[in-house]
Amino acid sequence: MADAVPHRDFDPLSTGSFRQRILSKTSVYMALTIFALGYLVPLVIILINTLRPLDEIVRSGFIAWPHDVSLQYWGEAWSTFCIGGTCEGVSRFFKNSLMMAVPATILSTAIGLVNGYVLSKWRFRGSDALFGIITLGVFMPAQMTLLPWAFVLGKLGLSNTISGLVLVHTVQGLSFTTLFCRNYFVNIPDDLIKAARIDGAGFWRIFRRIILPLSPPIIIVAVIWQFTGIWNEFLFGTVFTSGANQPITSAIVAFSGSGTGERHYNVEAAAVIMAAIPPLFIYLVGGKYFVRGLTQGAVK
Amino acid sequence: MRSQIEAGYLHARGRWLADHMPQIVLIPTVFATLTYVVLFSLWTVWLSVSASTVLPDPTFAGFHEYAALWQNKRWTVAYQNLFLFGLLYVVGSMILGTLLAILIDQRVRFESVWRTIYLYPLAISFIVTGTVWRWIFHPQTGVELALKDMGWLAARFDWITNRDLAIYVVVITGIWHASGFAMALILAGLRSVDGDLIKAAQIDGASLQRTYRRVILPVIWPIFLAVAVVLLQFAIKTYDLVVALTQGGPGVATTVPAIVVYDLMFQRGQIAQGAAAAVMILLALATVLVPYTAYTAWRRSREGAHHG
Amino acid sequence: MSSLLIKDLRKSYGSVEVLKNINLEAESGEFVALVGPSGCGKSTLLSIIAGLESVTSGEIRIDDILVNDRAPKDRDIAMVFQSYALYPTMSVRENMTFGMESRHVPKAQQQEAIDRVSALLQIEPLLDRKPSQLSGGQRQRVAMGRALVRDPKLFLFDEPLSNLDAKLRIEMRTEIKKLHQNVGKTTVYVTHDQIEAMTLASRIAVMHKGVLQQYDTPKMIYERPVNRFVASFMGSPTMNFLDARVARSESGVGLVLAAGDGSVLPLPSGTFSNLAPDRNIVLGVRPEHFSPAHEQRAERKGGQSVIMRAKVDMVEPTGSQTILMVTIGGSDAVIACEPDHAPSQGDTVSFAVDMTKACLFDPATEQRL
Repeated sequence: MADAVPHRDFDPLSTGSFRQRILSKTSVYMALTIFALGYLVPLVIILINTLRPLDEIVRSGFIAWPHDVSLQYWGEAWSTFCIGGTCEGVSRFFKNSLMMAVPATILSTAIGLVNGYVLSKWRFRGSDALFGIITLGVFMPAQMTLLPWAFVLGKLGLSNTISGLVLVHTVQGLSFTTLFCRNYFVNIPDDLIKAARIDGAGFWRIFRRIILPLSPPIIIVAVIWQFTGIWNEFLFGTVFTSGANQPITSAIVAFSGSGTGERHYNVEAAAVIMAAIPPLFIYLVGGKYFVRGLTQGAVK
Repeated sequence: MRSQIEAGYLHARGRWLADHMPQIVLIPTVFATLTYVVLFSLWTVWLSVSASTVLPDPTFAGFHEYAALWQNKRWTVAYQNLFLFGLLYVVGSMILGTLLAILIDQRVRFESVWRTIYLYPLAISFIVTGTVWRWIFHPQTGVELALKDMGWLAARFDWITNRDLAIYVVVITGIWHASGFAMALILAGLRSVDGDLIKAAQIDGASLQRTYRRVILPVIWPIFLAVAVVLLQFAIKTYDLVVALTQGGPGVATTVPAIVVYDLMFQRGQIAQGAAAAVMILLALATVLVPYTAYTAWRRSREGAHHG
Repeated sequence: MSSLLIKDLRKSYGSVEVLKNINLEAESGEFVALVGPSGCGKSTLLSIIAGLESVTSGEIRIDDILVNDRAPKDRDIAMVFQSYALYPTMSVRENMTFGMESRHVPKAQQQEAIDRVSALLQIEPLLDRKPSQLSGGQRQRVAMGRALVRDPKLFLFDEPLSNLDAKLRIEMRTEIKKLHQNVGKTTVYVTHDQIEAMTLASRIAVMHKGVLQQYDTPKMIYERPVNRFVASFMGSPTMNFLDARVARSESGVGLVLAAGDGSVLPLPSGTFSNLAPDRNIVLGVRPEHFSPAHEQRAERKGGQSVIMRAKVDMVEPTGSQTILMVTIGGSDAVIACEPDHAPSQGDTVSFAVDMTKACLFDPATEQRL
């Protein structure tokens, strides 16, 4: 349903006199444009300020026409800017976030696929109850789990490590991926599984040969959802890691919220954009599936 | 379907394994989720009634941390903020989202471009969103300075540093971030409405506004309910946005429950009270989600009865 | 040796018993049709034979081997599904080889089987297509092909024709019959369509509410239904049921219609001689067993008929025959007659009823007497 294919063959605004039609269509496009500006302008403002020298920003603020334009602040932000004692720019934190988000996304998606397969096609007594509990994880507020996680990560020797964050995000993400995959697989006819069983295929062979080839749409949804969610996450990163091991969201707050010393708005703006690029890229590439993930996560 | 991949030629253990493969592969997830959902929740509940301070202390100490929490000025402000923010954020996002969805629904050209533009804020983090809007709202860097530069020297736009108005900055930023989400879901709902219904309304002489108000929107009200519930859930969990935007300030003007939890647990060494605050967040979520889940289950069973 | 034997089979879901003491056996090469209204348990029974559902109690034997605890893949069966269940991501060829691959059949042998079956079903040009590129009838053929490549002990069909349009359904029905005659494998065929069952089966098992009502040849099922349910389920238009009372006279046993004029309708001499006078019974007459009174059809074949007067309420021509909705005495009935001799609406006509073909049922137990 989220594909939003224009299926309606009837357009009320295309009826009536020519004058009326032009008028109503024009006002629709005007409104659309005004709103679009409202969504785009903040991003454009920050983008422009990644190119402006600091004294210019300090003098006239963010909302001003650029005079001197330079790409050097991007370089500074990436590799030399000092954040929390280390002067490696955001590149380090960007890598941290990648090291966290990529494995956690792959793990939670892979396990979620198998879980969804079991919970939709190999139901057993109590499996629906298990699914209910797994789904509860979707709604769990992070605050309820902070202290137990801190304790568990400490016991496992994963305090202040990226691996610890991978674990936390994988466990939390399982609820989402299992929910997505189960609800997707439920719509695959059971007869296919029965036919494959009569054809002599077992649990894993059915998964590999029947289910996985049908899964690309839901894999894309799960990957987009998980990657953007984990990349953008802030609380776990702040609580469970510190210093050089933090993900990029925590690093941004660390340097822009510190409030001491001189502010480097242009470099900070570049760092902020860098933090936004991976999820934005994923969103632009898989936009259709992104919307499907949203609707599935929300309406189910 | 009861699992039974019996294999006559396999020996007993192999057969047992094949038989129970579905249950076996679920074990890691069940273990992790039971730990995460059930054990961790009980753990935090226990901490909230324990004697913990800077370090966890399992001694039972009663419910006085809950009482202390509600005496805590920061917490009561945070809770009031949650109500104000939650209400305005949900209503605002839904109104804007509905408006955008209806505009896009007019068979406009480049539909996917418009949709992409309205929805992209959801893809970027609250941290980035908050940081960007902080610069724009801040009098020393944002709109006020720009207005002064343009010659309007008396210009004042300092909501973000104003105790009474800063919460509305959070609301505006939140709506900017979430209205595209509401738009996407409501648009999907609009598209699911039977086209013949709209034709019928047009032939009945209803204006476009009237068609939407009386025919289309009432049909998709379950979508509105779902969107409202999800947004309310976001509102209750709101943390990063406020941290990046105002850090709960000025003073405690924009503090929200999630910030209080973090401060109590990790800054002030009041683990028990922090846990109590976390339990309150869970309760707030439950008051939204439990009735909604019960309601949808009821509606589904009723529909099932109609069809069957 | 019976190819399929089902003994004292029971199946319960919790406290709900969906199959009650089923006993059924099929000779090698037999074509057994399981029929019944939806919810009668026929599909569950088929799933149990396939091993897709477990047994609560009882035995299932295929070629005398107890298979209760065997997985579907170890039962040496093939199944055609109502939805066809073609693997959507595989080509037709891969759909057909998947099962052989699972069983590690050598490639050359796989190819041989594909060649044989695709020639038999005339699906050679479709082998490299995906299921989504096939029409309904083609999918049906591929689904059968997938079953045929396996050369199993037992073929199972689960309402295989119900997703086809009327014309194609009749074509495929003939084709399945031809196929069965060629291949000669024991077949169990679930359908809710009694015509399919009548045309295809060597024996029909009629099920209702989890109970096997009757298991017999199509002819016996049609002519000698064991109870009122079987009588009404098989045959279209359905059998007429007229309440009556037994009357005895010197000439023998007769019936008086409850809603009639009181005249005695004699039963064929020598039959039903032990019926108690005045007991209530239900007279069952198939629509085609009414004939115009003057033709004396039954008598010419050595039968015996009685005359009933029927008032024609409505006339429904179907082409090959004309269906009359009539009132006999006070009760409604349906009569099938030749279109050329059909009376008009409002007429009152005398019909001869062939009593040798009529059935009598006990009104309480609904069993045939």
